[in-house]
Amino acid sequence: MTAVLTYDEALAAYDPVLGLEVHVELNTASKMFCGCSTVFGAEPNTQVCAVCLGLPGSLPVVNARAVESAIRIGLALNCTIADWCRFARKNYFYPDMPKNYQISQYDEPICYNGWTEVALDGETYPIGIERAHMEEDTGKSLHMGGATGRIHGAAYSLLDYNRSGVPLIEIVTKPIEGTGAKAPQVARAYVTMLRDLLRALGVSDVRMEQGSLRCDANVSLRPSPTSPLGTRTETKNVNSLRSVERAIRYEITRQAAVLAAGGRVIQETRHWHEESGTTTAGRNKEMAEDYRYFPEPDLVPVAPSREWVAELRSTLPEPPVERIRRLAAEWGFSDLELRDAVNAGAVSAIEATVAAGASPQSARKWWLSEIARRANEAGVELEDVGISPQQVAEIQALVEAGTINDRLARQIFDGVIAGEGSPAEVVAARGLALVSDEGALSTAVDAAIAANPEVADKIRSGKIQAAGALIGAVMKDLRGQADAARVRELILERLG
Amino acid sequence: MTEIIRQTAVDLATKISSGELSAVEVTQAHLDRIGEVDDRVHAFLYVDGKRALAMAAKIDAKIAAGDPVGPLAGVPVAAKDVFTYSGAPTTCGSKILAGWLPPYDATVIRRLLDHDLVILGKTNMDEFAMGSSTENSAYGPTRNPWDLDRIPGGSGGGSSAALAAFETPLSIGSDTGGSIRQPAAVTGTVGVKPTYGGTSRYGLVALASSLDQPGPCARTVLDAALLHQVIAGHDPCDSTSIDAPVPDVVAAARSGDVTGLKIGVVTELGGEGYAPGVEQRFRESVELLASLGAEIVEVSCPHFGYALPTYYLILPAECSSNLAKFDGMRYGLRVGDDGTASAEQVMAATRESGFGAEVKRRIIIGTYALSSGYYDAYYGQAQKVRTLISGDFERAFAHVDVLVSPSTPITAFKMGEKVDDPLAMYMNDLCTIPSNLAGNASASFPVGLAPEDGLPVGLQVMAPPLADDRLYLVGAALERALVQTWGGSLLDKVPALEVSA
Repeated sequence: MTAVLTYDEALAAYDPVLGLEVHVELNTASKMFCGCSTVFGAEPNTQVCAVCLGLPGSLPVVNARAVESAIRIGLALNCTIADWCRFARKNYFYPDMPKNYQISQYDEPICYNGWTEVALDGETYPIGIERAHMEEDTGKSLHMGGATGRIHGAAYSLLDYNRSGVPLIEIVTKPIEGTGAKAPQVARAYVTMLRDLLRALGVSDVRMEQGSLRCDANVSLRPSPTSPLGTRTETKNVNSLRSVERAIRYEITRQAAVLAAGGRVIQETRHWHEESGTTTAGRNKEMAEDYRYFPEPDLVPVAPSREWVAELRSTLPEPPVERIRRLAAEWGFSDLELRDAVNAGAVSAIEATVAAGASPQSARKWWLSEIARRANEAGVELEDVGISPQQVAEIQALVEAGTINDRLARQIFDGVIAGEGSPAEVVAARGLALVSDEGALSTAVDAAIAANPEVADKIRSGKIQAAGALIGAVMKDLRGQADAARVRELILERLG
Repeated sequence: MTEIIRQTAVDLATKISSGELSAVEVTQAHLDRIGEVDDRVHAFLYVDGKRALAMAAKIDAKIAAGDPVGPLAGVPVAAKDVFTYSGAPTTCGSKILAGWLPPYDATVIRRLLDHDLVILGKTNMDEFAMGSSTENSAYGPTRNPWDLDRIPGGSGGGSSAALAAFETPLSIGSDTGGSIRQPAAVTGTVGVKPTYGGTSRYGLVALASSLDQPGPCARTVLDAALLHQVIAGHDPCDSTSIDAPVPDVVAAARSGDVTGLKIGVVTELGGEGYAPGVEQRFRESVELLASLGAEIVEVSCPHFGYALPTYYLILPAECSSNLAKFDGMRYGLRVGDDGTASAEQVMAATRESGFGAEVKRRIIIGTYALSSGYYDAYYGQAQKVRTLISGDFERAFAHVDVLVSPSTPITAFKMGEKVDDPLAMYMNDLCTIPSNLAGNASASFPVGLAPEDGLPVGLQVMAPPLADDRLYLVGAALERALVQTWGGSLLDKVPALEVSA
């Protein structure tokens, strides 16, 4: 077991510096260099051709739509767009890479030198963008029969090339400094912001659990913000927003323990383990693999015209921080409410729920309480709980129409998440509607008064607050399926 | 009537379309010839007579029904074994691809089929097109029909030997540093490397992507032009393919008028190391062109002297990456997969036994040249020199219409003579390499036999990018004049290959 310091001890002694590499799978209909479909989840090796299988003689042709997406991402991150750039071959042997080189970009990325910012706890943190470049995804290996699930020790491996050649954009930050103890949260806020931005751009499905958004986190520590940068590790396989925060937090404490014990951080790739919340050493980068990059001779350079770039600039969504400010003003959220929504990564969900007809406050309430609680329990992101913004808005509409109350709404969440259908269908199927039949309500109220003569007398004598007991009795009788306010009215009509 | 196998493609096509000959008959004649002589020439790695005859029958039916057919309909053609042809083994002359059946057709092959040519089979080559003698084929060497103890050139020795042995009237080659032109020169045939991007590389198994170019091989200039016309043109599947009309090579080949054409003789491509007979025939041909109305000037291309070392950095670098895919994981040979070996061990064992010595040599050189810390000194520097060589061409073509030189410094050498001396072998491509580095059009035409050994000599014509028609203009002018002098085709002098009864 690796020794770790507590997070506070680590931060007291060291200043963390981060670097984040995010891989985004584009949602283009076809792959980066051929016409094969990119749809996720198809039968293995059914979305392949001579090109993405790298068969001898086949040649790549650039997907113009992917270049367009790359430029739009670059513009949204305030990058310079190259007038002229080339693809490069990254050479290494691995069975899931059919050509044994990956077509990527090296010293001529299409987008470079940008910046963005993220909001956290009411503060804004600037994030420099080093580059955003285009590349192709590899196939997927499934290593069978080994203890680790990695190629070494496996009895055999299954290869699926459906993913081979899916367009990827790799977005690399400059070193992120000055975040102090907030480093893990800033990283999470950055990936969340990126996810929302990419979704607003419409360029990716940004599903971390499906791998369409993947994050590698570089972490290094130094004694103080004025010291030179320390040796970094690169933690791979960090595939949820929550993991981004946890993995960086863990890596800070691990490295701090190594340094505090007089050790030396080894420059290496580390693998994140979701269950244990720890990282373990992978490839040692000090014996760095030499990828022997050189310009891809099978492709001509990409030279986007100024006019095209200008045209794409006009299609950009508003910048993330401005968007959040605007939404806060539109919604009338307090600073605290806004901060909670941003930190929970719920802004887009609230926005979509409001767009579907719910009030901002009700949308905020559902996403930050009921749904956040369920996400936390299941260890998933808000959008993976299994309920859509449209369904949340529908449930809220049912509440406002008096069909259900908040308590019943929770049961409707259960039903929708369990796949029982739309909120209205769950209401019908589970018989959860409030009793709105005045006759039935009156009968229940009369029964409660008859059963509690002393309480009734108190109310008659002016102690209106005693009505609560009678309301409770009515609600119990009707199994909660009554509008408490209406019950109160009926009681007071009779005893007032 | 001239024997079927000795006729030109254009004559065969005319007779087939008029019904004088059937495509089946013509195909059968060539299959018979292959059966008769190829055990000695070994130009072919694969012949599928049944498939060829079925194709020929289909074309005959089309012609009989009056359906429109291409200008070379029914004419047999052979393709270098570096092009994918679905269902036919494609080995690139290497053991590592043994047993691989490509599931798709190269664009060049597709165009042959679409234009109603009859594909006889696949021709022999140096392994992965690395070599100048076809001795590096893993399936045994091809022999030169002029002298079976001599090499037919390489890497496309099979495609040129098949023409000189009258096993096919047309063939397809690929030229990375001279692999079409050098075999053409030493077998007395015509070979053309089109402008880079003029013919599609899709389905051509890559040696060096920035240098490779498919091209036509034939016995006459017009036949080559007609084949060029069929296979050239833009292909959306090849990003480096040029989206421009194909130069009118057929009209140029029919014209052959060089009056007023300004021809530059490259100073640097001659002198020491060039066989006297090669220089003599070259000089005579230049004088012939002058007598036909061309204007001859001398042109210096000072950086051509660096072409060979430049080429031998760029080519290995690209090929080290292009050949990485041959790892025994997905197709072809797999060695050492005993159930306990790791994927890495199987990859290594497969490559160890699947690749020949020359291929390994170039992979190792290329891997080294691209390595971090050496890239700038080798690959980077080579790219700069490449730009200088292109500059030499640009300056030259500002003053002249075409450049000429001998195609090769020497005639066909003896088999085995240079196998152990890679540098001597590389010298064969001295004249042809500059055009691959610069991407311009270039061709070799037969201009006679060297007096000292009676072996064919080729003259190389180099034209600016997209001016491929000028190659044919010069080629046709020479051919017309020389055939008169010779009293017939040079190839009439090829010794009989039939086993005497």
